[in-house]
Amino acid sequence: MTMLARIWAIFRKELLQLARDRLTLGMVVMVPLIQLMLFGFAINTKLRDIPVGVVDYSQSGLARVLQQTIEATTTVNFTQHYANEQQALSAIAREEVRAVLIVPHDVSARLARHQAVGFALPPATNQEVTRPVAQWLVDGADTMVAATIKGLRAMPLNELQGKPANRTVPTFETTLLYNPEQRSAVSIIPGLVGVILTMTMIMFTSAAIVRERERGNLELIIATPIKPVELMLGKIIPYVLIGFIQVSIILGVGHALFGVPLNGSLALVALVTLCFICATLTLGLLISTVAKSQLQAMQMTVFILLPSILLSGFMFPYEGMPKAAQHLAEVLPATHFMRLIRGVVLKDAGIADLSGDLLWLVGFTVIGLALASLRFKKRLG
Amino acid sequence: MNVAIQATNLTRRFGNTTAISALDIIIERQKIYGFLGPNGCGKTTLLRMLTGLLLPTSGEVEILGLPLSHQVEKLRSQMGYMTQRFSLYDDMTVLENLKFMASIYGLGAKVQKSRIQELLATYDLALLQRQLAGSLSGGQKQRLALACATLHQPKLLFLDEPTSAVDPQNRRDFWEKLFALCDSGTTILVSTHYMDEAERCHHLAILQKGIKRADDTPDHLMRDMPAHVVELSGEISNAKERLATLTEVVSAAQLGMHLRVLVKKAVTDPIAYLQAAGINTPMQKVRPSLEDVFVMSTEGKV
Repeated sequence: MTMLARIWAIFRKELLQLARDRLTLGMVVMVPLIQLMLFGFAINTKLRDIPVGVVDYSQSGLARVLQQTIEATTTVNFTQHYANEQQALSAIAREEVRAVLIVPHDVSARLARHQAVGFALPPATNQEVTRPVAQWLVDGADTMVAATIKGLRAMPLNELQGKPANRTVPTFETTLLYNPEQRSAVSIIPGLVGVILTMTMIMFTSAAIVRERERGNLELIIATPIKPVELMLGKIIPYVLIGFIQVSIILGVGHALFGVPLNGSLALVALVTLCFICATLTLGLLISTVAKSQLQAMQMTVFILLPSILLSGFMFPYEGMPKAAQHLAEVLPATHFMRLIRGVVLKDAGIADLSGDLLWLVGFTVIGLALASLRFKKRLG
Repeated sequence: MNVAIQATNLTRRFGNTTAISALDIIIERQKIYGFLGPNGCGKTTLLRMLTGLLLPTSGEVEILGLPLSHQVEKLRSQMGYMTQRFSLYDDMTVLENLKFMASIYGLGAKVQKSRIQELLATYDLALLQRQLAGSLSGGQKQRLALACATLHQPKLLFLDEPTSAVDPQNRRDFWEKLFALCDSGTTILVSTHYMDEAERCHHLAILQKGIKRADDTPDHLMRDMPAHVVELSGEISNAKERLATLTEVVSAAQLGMHLRVLVKKAVTDPIAYLQAAGINTPMQKVRPSLEDVFVMSTEGKV
């Protein structure tokens, strides 16, 4: 009875203080909203209109038609002309363009013999036949740009000769499930829930206890008969509510503005989010039992936030990481949440499909809370 | 004798520095017990050890007959603690702070309401109850802190330099409240570096560098002081230099137009002694003050 009363007292106090802290209150709503707008509109993994240059040694009409054909794919935009390779390389170095197309003087001869055009008969053993039409010099520093331009390597050139487009049958038939249009927003926004929650939840809770220590409130509180677990729970519960507000904003606006589907049941979304919020909150509590000042708490939050963005599968595929990094990522609640939320929101996965990740989050919360309560000594020094 | 707190051989070290060294104290129930000492003498460390907030490096504390190290949670409901720095929530109102602390102490809703009304009246906070604690004056903050510390009617009250941010009038009013609490059965421990405050305590321990130098009632401390107090007037500026060379003089401090000289008890007639040393300004023996006791017990032994 007194336990519930004490948790309730701390809970009410936290809400009261939060309500008086206008800036923090504003951030609860504005941080997810602004970041959602920013990332939803800005992040696009499909590259278009990459600025590129050309060095044309042939000075032929064919070279210009070739450029137009390439531009027609909308992948690149020819913005610059250079006299030779040296100029082209320095232009790439100063990032004036991302790649340069070198058109050799014998481009028409090469094109005429090229198989992609299908002009010549099937090749015998003649090596000349296999010579490429032109060359790309690509800025390989950005792997995404490089990969996109590499995609142009086997581009068909039939149209160049006024012949119908290539109608070859692909080796494999591929069916894209869940996000057939391959829109970036659909894959990013559910993951964004994880990133924003990781950031705000860990920061709020870690600051919540450290702030009281800094201001001297804690010395008074720990001199009372309150139990550590009561203090911890009372501190956590208000932020569970805040977490739910943020998730509603992100998924709601994401659905309305970016057409992110909500295929799974809302109850399951709530359950998955609740488990994740609890896990990140306990992580914040653990930080608060270690950090001595709000600055330290902030630094530790960032220390956890970065791997949660980079290793969780939010930005880069989990499967691409080496084994050791995968194990590390498994420790982070965000990794499990990325799978869960994409599973529920995009794939309409059922609770049975998700039980592994869910159990992991629950276990993390229980162990974390126990550890935090044990670590939190009702003592000074 | 009815003992509230008994500490034996209490020691606390922080790294190489010893904050409290082999301290023995016995505090009677329903008394106001003061710890007097300069800043950094270990008063706060001592109070924190007695409230269980700091573990002693060695030594034992027994409170209300129970060992503190084992029964700390049980004893905490019998303790009220007022920290040196204002530790309530600045961004909450007086009433909200009181309600919060009452719930933390586990007071039921009904008791809470009547108790808070009672305390608002006792500590003149009724008109301020909707004001944010951060906007209160020093004296008001201190009254609020005391109200919060006594919400659960503790048997023991620990006050760490309670009046350091308060003007003399407020300090007097504050002590009135302490005496009232004491009369109603509370044992109170106060740390202070103010002489006038120390003089009001029933019992006093003088601390210096973590060591207890003296321990008695203020009256006895003054009566048993091992020195005479002589007050010099007139041409005192010359006398000062001369006094510094005398072996039996413990200290000479100027107070306005007078020079207050402490002469060791080994000298039976201090006036004759000083005159023999060539000091011929008007002088007279006066009654020792607590400050003299403090100077005597902290100087000479260093």
